[in-house]
Amino acid sequence: MAATRRARTAPAPASVALGAALADAHVVVCCGTGGVGKTTTAAALALEAARRGRRAAVVTIDPARRLADALGVGALTNEPQRVALADATGELWALMLDTRTTFDDLVARYATDERQRDRIYGNAFYRNISGRLSGTQEYMAAEKLYSLATDDRFDLVVVDTPPARNALDFLDAPERLTRFLDHRFYRALMAPTRVYLRAVNVAAQAFLRALSKVVGGAVIADAVAFFQAFDGMEAGFRTRAAAVDELLRAPATTYVLVAAPRSDAVAEARWFAERLRGLGMTVGALVVNRAHPDPLAGLDPSVLALGSDAAGPLDPWWQNVRELHAVAVAEADQVAALAAHVAPAPTVIVPLQTADVHDLAGLTALAEPLLGPAREAPVTAVTSSGADGSPEARRRR
Amino acid sequence: MEPQAFFAGSRLLIVAGKGGVGKTTVTAVVAHAAATCGLSVLVLAVDAGTNLGTLLGADAPLDDTEVTVATGLGEAGTGSIRARAVTAPAALGEYLDHHGLSRLLGRLVRTGVLDVVATAAPGIDDLLVLGKVKSLERAAVADLVLVDAPAAGHAITFLRSPRGLADVVSGGPIATQAQEVLAMLGDEARCRVMLVTLAEETPVNEIVDAAYQLEDQVGVALAPVVVNAVYPTIAGLAPAVPAGAASRGVAAPVRRALAEAAAFRCARVDQQHAQTARLAERLPLPQVVLPFRFTAGLDAADVRALAADLLAGIGRLG
Repeated sequence: MAATRRARTAPAPASVALGAALADAHVVVCCGTGGVGKTTTAAALALEAARRGRRAAVVTIDPARRLADALGVGALTNEPQRVALADATGELWALMLDTRTTFDDLVARYATDERQRDRIYGNAFYRNISGRLSGTQEYMAAEKLYSLATDDRFDLVVVDTPPARNALDFLDAPERLTRFLDHRFYRALMAPTRVYLRAVNVAAQAFLRALSKVVGGAVIADAVAFFQAFDGMEAGFRTRAAAVDELLRAPATTYVLVAAPRSDAVAEARWFAERLRGLGMTVGALVVNRAHPDPLAGLDPSVLALGSDAAGPLDPWWQNVRELHAVAVAEADQVAALAAHVAPAPTVIVPLQTADVHDLAGLTALAEPLLGPAREAPVTAVTSSGADGSPEARRRR
Repeated sequence: MEPQAFFAGSRLLIVAGKGGVGKTTVTAVVAHAAATCGLSVLVLAVDAGTNLGTLLGADAPLDDTEVTVATGLGEAGTGSIRARAVTAPAALGEYLDHHGLSRLLGRLVRTGVLDVVATAAPGIDDLLVLGKVKSLERAAVADLVLVDAPAAGHAITFLRSPRGLADVVSGGPIATQAQEVLAMLGDEARCRVMLVTLAEETPVNEIVDAAYQLEDQVGVALAPVVVNAVYPTIAGLAPAVPAGAASRGVAAPVRRALAEAAAFRCARVDQQHAQTARLAERLPLPQVVLPFRFTAGLDAADVRALAADLLAGIGRLG
């Protein structure tokens, strides 16, 4: 495609900067709203990192079927699978998050004994938690990220965040889950006889009776049984959640904001960038997918006057250029405002592809617009010590 | 098909599709199209944080209070658009209020107990929202009630919630509510789902899956599929720029730009046609195509233009 060819002859410095940031990162979190190419971007970043010598693992949440097949995670696997790459010096591993299994592993880790573990596994309320409690999927993505980031087999972990109703659930998830388990209402349920909780407990019991009228007693009994079975495990969960939270805020954890150049997606991305900043985290890079190439790039836009002669023999060609130029200019305006907002983080613009990306060849083709040509990236920095987020790397971001 | 007849098909129309396909835009477009046919339209947003309010021309983001965004539309001036959000916490509060439970529970709802309720009885938050939608549909508060549903995966969960709850909760008000919502979803004369997709590989695959899941697991009737943001074809455009006299006076770099842009456009159009054909093959539903607008952000004027395109597309349906 035209735009790709231009990118190849004159690589944008921003893509080289993202390549450098990726070379130094230990964890890359791709975030953005649905439909902006987040999963594809995460997969392309991990694949290219592997080609540049990293041992990369990518966690996908809900990949399109053909992409999942391409990555070899078509069947649901909660453990990383090695993706066969012909010409990579590094390694690529992929897994598709299984929220339920990840939660089960966590319960097994912190249960005091097998009886407690099995009591929780068998509880109907617990079975609902892994699928339904808001924030659970987000927290399990973070939990999986933590276990991979502390796994010696990998020096880079790229994670795709869930398509949440609220894109920030991912960052709030560790705190949300501990708050859920810490809520005084639940604590009252768990310790119905403790004197100091009696006042709360009276309210809780009244609440339970009221709630039973609405949803039925069996449902409530399951919930109470769950919180009682969970007793004693909160400390372990809290410690783990704190460690996960610390990883999400670590200097070597880079946030790649993924957006499309439409006003609604830009507004979401901007809001997300502000929230990240508010939480003390920085955007490592902005990736804008699906940008229309400007047919008049490198030309004086006044040439459009040549085509103003309607009904001329070239009119269809001029009409097309006018339309594509108009959308490209409007998109560039949207992107410029967002890019200024996230500066000094680099903004990488990936042109709209004529076809969907859903195989390794397609992902490889995205590497250059994303990360610049491999030979210009600081390949020398790609060693196991490159995963420490050095001060120099942070300054660059 | 006459647009009036199309909109009279059911009072409730739920617009669903995956993130990024323009589901919210299509909701606004359908609202405007129906209002220009003289209908009173009530638009319900179940997801917070969409730009539905802006697209409809509201002054502020939508919340649980109804606002009127347009009146006097259509030839007889009877068309109007009202809009509001229907969120789970508000629906729960209202529901509990109806059942005389508000005093004790109000405080607990505010402190996040909705989480535990929703976890104890999965889908209860969705059911409460659908219950509110149903009560608005039953009360005939508008000629057409439009719902901007959650993004695709969640839309299935959302619409499946009454079935799941009806199985879990055997008696009481929630079970009644679930049965009533199921009756509405299963009645083609009351409720249809309009799926929205892009003419691209992955969105087409996902919408086909969603369509079969909705029919099999929810039993809801499907309206024509909206294929959104399809590049209009330009008559006579081909990748090669005519040579000779036609191109006289056009410098070589400009001719190259014309050719590259034409190649890009033709490739996109070909791909979109192929995907539209594939969708027709895999999903036996009529299609209404909405054109891509060459802008980076739609406004109320774009919505009006697309509404005319939608009406024309409905007019072409058999």
